[in-house]
Amino acid sequence: MALVDIRQRSGFLFLGVVLGHVLLISAQVNSRSGVPVLEAVTFGIFSEVQRTLSGGITGVRRVWGSYVGLRHVKAENEELKRQLADAQIEMQQQRALADRARGLEKLLELRDHLNLATTGAQIIGAAASPDFRTLTIDKGTRDGLRPDMAVVAPAGVVGRVVVPSARSAKVQLLIDRNAAAGVIVERTRAQGVVVGGGEDRLQMQYVSEASDVAVGDLVVTSGIDTIYPKGLVVGRVESVEKNGPAFKRIVVKPAVDFSQLEEVLVVVTPTPAKDAAAGVSE
Amino acid sequence: MRAAGVILAVVAALALQTTLARFVVRGTVAIDLVLVVVVYVALTSGPATGLLSGAIAGLVQDALSTGPILGIAGLAKTIVGFLAGVIGTQFIVSQPLPRFVVFFGATVAHAVVFMGLYTVLDRIHFGNPTAGVAAQATANALVGVVAFQVVELLPGAVERRRAAKTRLRR
Repeated sequence: MALVDIRQRSGFLFLGVVLGHVLLISAQVNSRSGVPVLEAVTFGIFSEVQRTLSGGITGVRRVWGSYVGLRHVKAENEELKRQLADAQIEMQQQRALADRARGLEKLLELRDHLNLATTGAQIIGAAASPDFRTLTIDKGTRDGLRPDMAVVAPAGVVGRVVVPSARSAKVQLLIDRNAAAGVIVERTRAQGVVVGGGEDRLQMQYVSEASDVAVGDLVVTSGIDTIYPKGLVVGRVESVEKNGPAFKRIVVKPAVDFSQLEEVLVVVTPTPAKDAAAGVSE
Repeated sequence: MRAAGVILAVVAALALQTTLARFVVRGTVAIDLVLVVVVYVALTSGPATGLLSGAIAGLVQDALSTGPILGIAGLAKTIVGFLAGVIGTQFIVSQPLPRFVVFFGATVAHAVVFMGLYTVLDRIHFGNPTAGVAAQATANALVGVVAFQVVELLPGAVERRRAAKTRLRR
């Protein structure tokens, strides 16, 4: 009898929770404007968890690295072992410093080349769901970040800021299913729109069948979307096929390796369109 | 106490998911650790706990993702949590193979609800996701089965090791 009660109760509970979700989804489908408050608050709280975890993992990795280094020289005598461990650790630190310096040098070169106001940011987390491609960076509204600011790396466009909290921000990668950017083919100036598909390639759409686009062509941002500044590298054309009588089906390989990103630049220069959308009066 | 354990497991899965995803963001099988935890909780604690943990975990996942609609993953995980809980109470799911089937089926059901709703609402088009879903279902099932084995075998192994050490001392 008790089992029947529990089963009945869980059935009602199931119906209630499903109904709640349906109402929640319906409310959003009717009003599509703005970021939901729950999303912004949850993200703000969880980004702090991500920040803490990122710090913890760095610490664990450092400890683990030291442990592996010590094991490697265990066969040597004590003195040599200590010297070797010190040298190895120092070498690793130097190499890490050199790598970091090289990365920062590239970012600085990009900053000079862009001629736009930018701020550097470090990646501290990734998407909570495998169905969406996002990253979390360690800069937020306190550093001047706002929604729809472009995020770039030395190799090219990374994505845009979607949800900034006080000390961090969520960045939607260009390969996300909901992402898009206005682009042109650098060689022929053929215009189109690249959209993400959740995978590691981009689709370039709305390119006229008459346009001259070839495999290997460089694709850069057109600036027409008012999010990404004009001329930033997006990727290279990987394949071109016919797609009906009007348009071509073009696959673009992104210039950025999204799995290798550690630091990025956020373009903080406001554009008239962004200000108009945000209701800012100069 | 049990509720705290479930919440802790979901938070740990979310944290791990967000940390690991940046290393496997490109061209690799995307494991949904949160879904694995929801199915695990449902199988071990029943449909009520399963659906509640699914609802909470899914809503948090929705809030942390760039999906245009809050509640889709929540609804998908609620349904999956409830169904897995019902299966756990109606059938004997104590061997690796039945568990593998449940995890695999749960991932497929989740994908059907999740992608189906987005497609019906005309917000995201997923193309042909069959291969991706199959790969994710296999990966989730493997992780789920291994998690069950570890949780069940670890206390015994530790106990045996402790007993062996005590015998050696004598």
